[in-house]
Amino acid sequence: MIKLTIDGKEIEVARGTMLLDACRQAGADIPTLCYDPDLRLAGSCRMCVVDVKGRPALVASCVAPAENGMVVQTESDDVVESRKIILELLAARHKFECPTCEKDGECKLQDYMYRYGVKESRYDGEGPHFGMEDPNPFIERDYDKCIMCTRCVRACDGITGAQAINVKDRGHHAKIAAPFDGKLADSTCVFCGQCIMVCPVGALSSKVAAGQGKPAQNKKVLTTCTYCGTGCTLELNVNNDRVVGVTSNRDENWSPVNKGALCVKGRFGWDFIHSPDRLTTPMIRENGGLRPASWDEALDFAAGKIKEIKEKYGPDSLAMFSSARVTNEENYLAQKLMRAVIGTNNVDHCARL
Amino acid sequence: MAEEIRILLAHADQIDPAQAEDYIKVGGYKGLEKARGMTSKDLIEEVKKSGLRGRGGAGFNAGMKWSFVPPAEVKYVVCNLDEGEPGTYKDRIICEKNAQALIEGMAICGVAINAQQGYIYCRGEYPFVVDLLRKAIQSAKDVGALGDFDIEVRMGAGAYVCGEETALIESIEGHRGEPRFKPPFPGVAGLWGVPTVVNNVETFACLPYILTNGADCFASIGAPKYPGTKVLTLTGDVNNPTYFEVPTNYILSDVVYKLGGGVKNGRKFKAVQVGGTSGAFIPEQNLNTPIDFDSMSAIGAALGSGAVLVMDETRDIVDIVTRISKFFEHESCGKCNPCREGTFRCREIMEKINSGRATEADIDNLLLLARVMKRAALCGLGQAAPVPITSTIEHFGHEYRRKLLQYA
Amino acid sequence: MTNAIGELEKDATAIFLIGTNTTENHPVIGYKIRKNVRENGAKLIVADPREIELAKMADVYMQFRPGTDVALLNGMMNVIINEGLLDKEFVETRTEAYEAFAQVVEKYTPEYVSPITGVAAEDIRKAARIYAEAERASICYAMGLTQHSTGTDNVKSCCNLALLTGNLGKPGTGVNPLRGQNNVQGACDMGALPVVFTAYQGVGIEANREKFEKAWGVKLSGQNGLTLTAAINKAHHGELKALLVLGENPMVSDPDLDHVEDALDNLEFLMVQDIFLTETAQRADVVFPGVTFAEKEGTFTNTERRVQRVRKAISNRGDARQDYEILCELSTRLGYPMSYSSPEEIFEEIRTLTPSYAGITYQRLEGKGLHWPCPTEDHPGTPILHKEKFNRGLGLFHAIEFREAAELPDAEYPLILSTGRSLFHYHTGTMTRRAVALDLHQPENEIQVNPATAAKLGIIDGEMARVVTRRGNIELKARLTDIVKENVIFTFFHFSEAAANVLTNASVLDPVAGIPEYKVSAARLEKIS
Repeated sequence: MIKLTIDGKEIEVARGTMLLDACRQAGADIPTLCYDPDLRLAGSCRMCVVDVKGRPALVASCVAPAENGMVVQTESDDVVESRKIILELLAARHKFECPTCEKDGECKLQDYMYRYGVKESRYDGEGPHFGMEDPNPFIERDYDKCIMCTRCVRACDGITGAQAINVKDRGHHAKIAAPFDGKLADSTCVFCGQCIMVCPVGALSSKVAAGQGKPAQNKKVLTTCTYCGTGCTLELNVNNDRVVGVTSNRDENWSPVNKGALCVKGRFGWDFIHSPDRLTTPMIRENGGLRPASWDEALDFAAGKIKEIKEKYGPDSLAMFSSARVTNEENYLAQKLMRAVIGTNNVDHCARL
Repeated sequence: MAEEIRILLAHADQIDPAQAEDYIKVGGYKGLEKARGMTSKDLIEEVKKSGLRGRGGAGFNAGMKWSFVPPAEVKYVVCNLDEGEPGTYKDRIICEKNAQALIEGMAICGVAINAQQGYIYCRGEYPFVVDLLRKAIQSAKDVGALGDFDIEVRMGAGAYVCGEETALIESIEGHRGEPRFKPPFPGVAGLWGVPTVVNNVETFACLPYILTNGADCFASIGAPKYPGTKVLTLTGDVNNPTYFEVPTNYILSDVVYKLGGGVKNGRKFKAVQVGGTSGAFIPEQNLNTPIDFDSMSAIGAALGSGAVLVMDETRDIVDIVTRISKFFEHESCGKCNPCREGTFRCREIMEKINSGRATEADIDNLLLLARVMKRAALCGLGQAAPVPITSTIEHFGHEYRRKLLQYA
Repeated sequence: MTNAIGELEKDATAIFLIGTNTTENHPVIGYKIRKNVRENGAKLIVADPREIELAKMADVYMQFRPGTDVALLNGMMNVIINEGLLDKEFVETRTEAYEAFAQVVEKYTPEYVSPITGVAAEDIRKAARIYAEAERASICYAMGLTQHSTGTDNVKSCCNLALLTGNLGKPGTGVNPLRGQNNVQGACDMGALPVVFTAYQGVGIEANREKFEKAWGVKLSGQNGLTLTAAINKAHHGELKALLVLGENPMVSDPDLDHVEDALDNLEFLMVQDIFLTETAQRADVVFPGVTFAEKEGTFTNTERRVQRVRKAISNRGDARQDYEILCELSTRLGYPMSYSSPEEIFEEIRTLTPSYAGITYQRLEGKGLHWPCPTEDHPGTPILHKEKFNRGLGLFHAIEFREAAELPDAEYPLILSTGRSLFHYHTGTMTRRAVALDLHQPENEIQVNPATAAKLGIIDGEMARVVTRRGNIELKARLTDIVKENVIFTFFHFSEAAANVLTNASVLDPVAGIPEYKVSAARLEKIS
């Protein structure tokens, strides 16, 4: 263990602890933009800088190991001045579309500008203009909102392993791009949307969820994905009794299998829920076609037919295909219905298909 | 004292730098031989004792740097020959005149840290140096001078930031030239994640002399705390713009007036920028400073790469600094916010001032931005980029104010 | 899976993938495998007839002829035995029937297997060494291994391989089927199978029946029921009269769709409960509107046997009802009153009858869920099976000879057709084809053809081509790609308008599992002039 003083408070941390974690442990609220505990460190946004006694420059706490005897100030004048200027620099390049932005209310740039009272940027010259890009149906890429934290690049590589995007060009012209600045569809992108998950601002967002509800308006319901047997946890975003998007929870204690990572189907394939094709009323075959029926009529009709066939041909003339897509509880009832009520073991599902 | 002392360039133009035999005839590879006879610890101790400090810019004691290298199966010795500082060509000169000394120096480092492989990262604009070095390495191998040590020459692609040691490492690995955060320092986890010593050409080239003549001998040359010699490249408005090797206690004014033959065309001296584009502008009143690392630091300047750019009285400081700010905007790698955005805004404000559209508030903004960049940028590029601005506002503030809106 | 998904990311030092295109069909598991290979240097062996994404980063990639899995696996085991790479202690203490197995494997030298599989003998050796020498090696497979007339043999061969090297019962090891559907594990666990009650309690066993008879208060049949494929055949022959379908779509998912269509038309009564008017529902006599996962409470059990909660986010759409309520209503009308206040109440009943779920409660599932078996409420669940011993005590080696697939290419049908999934669609497409972005991105089916094969037929990339098998033919857009060998073509089965299962074979099933041979059909590709 090592001892250090943070904002006048002496704390003990294990050797190898990063200064950021030590500061947080000491109760300091350190702002970060590029830092993400699940991703390779970048140390590039410089928002997490702190003042370490005896050091000529400020120290980026996310990439600095805590050292024994360090005396640290997390909100010194120098620190605050630096953070404010960095925010102003970012504000000068960021396209503020807050009223219509998908990230409004859950945007780190907004949060920190509010926290440090940065109302406007003193840098009033031209910012870079990258424009919108990419005709893919999943991911909106608006690099005029990008703050170059590179979390998307690191998530694409470190979580998904697709390595579809990286930084292109240098200096102020640097931007996130697929190879040769081409379309995502022409890259190794698998449209998992992990980039959207880690983006701290509104540069990356879901086209499928666009315009249907802002983060603060949406209720998030944790559930298990309905595609494939991996069993990823996802959050259904609900607004006004409609599913309006899917996000994910990165806490391993709530998302044990996938830790927030999803695939294209999980993240972007939920809108079938509100497809106009959804069946909303029972139907009975009549004159070669299906006509709407009341529940009582349909249920009575079905029960009558089942009884009739069972009596005529015996229980083994009936079978049920239950489903690998419905719940355990429903599968249990389905086989109970066949076994206990109809009296046959003719129950199976598409496990083999 | 106004004489050159030639250690690195002692045999310049007398031997063929590509030929190891030539070098051996004038006493070359004796230092390496001696190093091989020493324990690693003694060797590092000897280099420490010589007081040799890195000639790349940070001025760190070379032996000390080596002593931090932990044991590992594979280690690398990397030579920084990126030499991207405008006005600097001393590494090229050292290679062209005495390539074998660099090779021997790297091999000595290899012995000290127990590395078998060296890399020279050569500036992309020096293809002829690459050819020369490859020939020189082959020749050294042919005569058996290198033993089991091997050196590969890699070419840069013109990025200034790749002169920063960790960006250089990224570039050798085939990645974007972007600096890494430190720690870990390259000495612990460098090229491909293994312990790596990165030194400048000039630093390596000093080693044969130190080993051959002894640490004490080297330590007695020049400034006691930054001993040895320094190759300077003198450019700008002087009568004799060329390169020199001088002891490190050499006085700046002697560089300008004695070696440089004074300001050209009989004009008056205005300023000198030392250490490359990110160096401070030094006014006349500070010309009496020795060039060694610490003396330069004391006046807010840096010896850096050893480039000395002299400007006469007719030069427009604000215009020059505006051009410098364009250079940094162009050369920022774009990784960290203070540098990527800061160099862009510095240029923007400098242009505003230079074109007579600025107010006093712009100068204040510039100073504020400079302060943040210096304190918060990730690497030396962003931290040093505003130095020309701040040093000229300090010493030549009247030239800025003359251009402000109210006087235009 | 015998082991947990997370072990593929951290614990396994070698991973052997056979018949799983993991990055497309189980993408999140694919991420973890890739990460383990890239960041921890885990070794990767890929055996697949198609050069899938993960094959590119494999230490050994074996592009074997579809249907020769047993030969390939026996070849690897031959190397392991001959080079002394087996885990002798494990074989001696934890397995039985080794001798008979070893005898069969003896002739499967890499040189013998190579011409059968089309894999170089040296690659088989290399793969065997990597797998056997790894500290912790995991086998993962999916339908690529199982959808064969030899599916059971294929799986048993994988078990042999793990037993031979002691790669069971430890983190990062195991025989790990990656199951295709969200709750296929749970449906099996719940006894939606013709021969077992919940937790694989056989219906033929008196004691099991007694237990369920007591709980349900009725007399139960001990006669094994019909598998899905057998039921379709019986319907075809007119012996099965009524079919109740809950969220399935045999009109797209089952083999030989013409045959399925005839079978369904032969029924006296077809009831379908679904969220959409599927191809199957369109033929129903009565259709009940159910709800999606977003509208229901309950549990799914994933491929690693982790039981997790499904939570209701929105109310029923229109007049639709909860699926469990529909089943209860029906049961009540059939004279067996069923009434549950919530899915949790059903789960409480399940627990009492299902030893592996007995310790699981909704309360305990909050957060990370639980891996079954979880016999008591203080049991932490079982991420890794077979730690100390196998269910049957000793692990049983199976001596398995290689058998060819049922339908081999011939002069008339010279190619091997395989079917499978795309990253962008799911099963019969009822959901993903209605997910606008997914369908926009991949709106149509394709037939993957090696450029050399296409060139011989004069078919160019993007052109419609006809795929013909003994069952029927469909027209598909040709996609020229060298991920398939010249004798193999591949298509997706998600697209009802170009349904791959028009082409597949329903007449030959695996004799034990009854699984159709979706991965090998003899086929012909024709240019449409």
